[in-house]
Amino acid sequence: MEDKTPFINVLISLGDDHLILGHRLSEWCGHAPMLEEDLSMPNMALDLLGQARNLYGYAVELEAKGRTEDDVAFLRSDREYKNILMVERPNGDFAHTILRQFYFAAYMKLFWESVLKNGDGRLQEFAAKASKELAYHIRHCGEWVVRLGDGTEESAARMKAAVDALHPYTNELFDVTPDFQHCIDGGLLPEPATLRADWDASVEQVFQQAFLSVPEVPFPQTGGRTGHHTEAFGHLLSELQYMQRAYPGLTW
Amino acid sequence: MYSQGLIGADDKPVEDDAFIAAFQARIDAEEKIEPNDPMPEAYRKTLVRQIGQHAHSEIVGMLPEGNWITRAPTLRRKLALLAKVQDEGGHGLYLYSAAETLGVSREQMTEELLSGKAKYSSIFNYPTPTWADIGAIGWLVDGAAIMNQVPLCRCSFGPYARAMVRVCREESFHQRQGYELMMALAEGSDKQREMAQDALNRWWWPSLMMFGPHDSDSTNSDQSMQWKIKRFTNDELRQKFVDATVVQAEKIGLTIPDPDLKWNPEKNDGEGGYDFGPIDWDEFWRVVKGGGPMNRDRIAARKKAWDEGAWVREAANAFAEKQAQRADAATVAAE
Repeated sequence: MEDKTPFINVLISLGDDHLILGHRLSEWCGHAPMLEEDLSMPNMALDLLGQARNLYGYAVELEAKGRTEDDVAFLRSDREYKNILMVERPNGDFAHTILRQFYFAAYMKLFWESVLKNGDGRLQEFAAKASKELAYHIRHCGEWVVRLGDGTEESAARMKAAVDALHPYTNELFDVTPDFQHCIDGGLLPEPATLRADWDASVEQVFQQAFLSVPEVPFPQTGGRTGHHTEAFGHLLSELQYMQRAYPGLTW
Repeated sequence: MYSQGLIGADDKPVEDDAFIAAFQARIDAEEKIEPNDPMPEAYRKTLVRQIGQHAHSEIVGMLPEGNWITRAPTLRRKLALLAKVQDEGGHGLYLYSAAETLGVSREQMTEELLSGKAKYSSIFNYPTPTWADIGAIGWLVDGAAIMNQVPLCRCSFGPYARAMVRVCREESFHQRQGYELMMALAEGSDKQREMAQDALNRWWWPSLMMFGPHDSDSTNSDQSMQWKIKRFTNDELRQKFVDATVVQAEKIGLTIPDPDLKWNPEKNDGEGGYDFGPIDWDEFWRVVKGGGPMNRDRIAARKKAWDEGAWVREAANAFAEKQAQRADAATVAAE
């Protein structure tokens, strides 16, 4: 029988992207710049957390070792999480949060659309819903990037600072681990490199209206896919895992 | 845009006896009063105060529960809590909109909240130190809110009554969700049961205080009853809440922290109800006047979000102006 481990590993790493970004977005709930954003950020977080559950659920089903989605989400050590570094970056100001969400959504929408054309059958089910949700994230966040980029002097400066800070983390969206390559070869997942041109174009289109330019990135920041995280990550896990670690083995 | 100075405010009716009698006749006939209808200034003011307080309570109420979003113990609970807190924000939004129909802007109401001029429900000035507090808030605080809000669906002011219909549906879902969370704890380990009981001990009395002072001490009650903004008195609603909740606590094996709690078959016109012990009104007034454990922190958190978000709101306004100017310029160029 074919070894499913590479696919399971990739499903979990994608689940990690969604869980960690959903977690970060949820930190805004009740603290946003305006009530409308107190509603829309949890909305996006709910979409992401829902996708994380799908991906983890599928992974543990394929694994068939009795692990649950919660075991995967809450009971691993930091090295075992394989999310890209961008999603674990602290929220920073509203410009950072919105830009990070835009970068991620713009990539994942292309990813899911490509899965829909040619990919694993179960992932296609997730993709149908996710690509619609992400279209909304892209619209909402893209409009904010434009509004902030073309708003006041201060907002334009903050937007530019966010681009400078976060753009170095975008390369990792396209990284291919050996497990991922295995899934590409098996026809389960799309090849990220083929999504690059469209992703660049959607970023370019929004940046143009926002009077922003795509910076040169001499030194991309990567490492999450191999479990090498930033300093902020341990703190995030200590909150995320608090209950499961403090009261192990209970039902909630 | 905010609907500042929309209704009635510009050409105020003369509030003579005939006007007041005609208004009261509409109320007595159970007609809904709509934003553009003539209304006594005191009616308008009462509603602005009440709907504003209600909206602020929803917004400040996001904080104690929001405290646990990043620490929820399972993915299912995390999603449910996040969706719930988001619902509260949504309620705030409808309510601010309902208040805006009476000619007061959301910005103005927010400033009054931050300056301490406007009040919000004191219950949110208690802390949420444990996960069980999320269950207790859903079960007790939302439970008490429903008792208050269901009659508001028939409130004489149309926009408020209509907003309440949806709010009540969602609150009732939250209440069941909170109770289900408490039930899971009560059926769990000793530690979980202790956690649940401890939360009930801390939230029980503040929940009873949510209904406000005794009828004999309530200053706003009579007029609001006459205007059918209120349908039941504070004490009637409190009694309903106690009667409904005691059974729920028993069912999951938790103990209401009141040694004087006793079934009284004579109560509620012979249908029976619970007698309960005296409420600590000193504590109630202390928290109302700003001396609760979390009053300062709650307002500080709202103020921080508002101040730190100022540049975002300014940018959105600046962008909207630029867009309007560009549209004007394009129209001129086309002509």
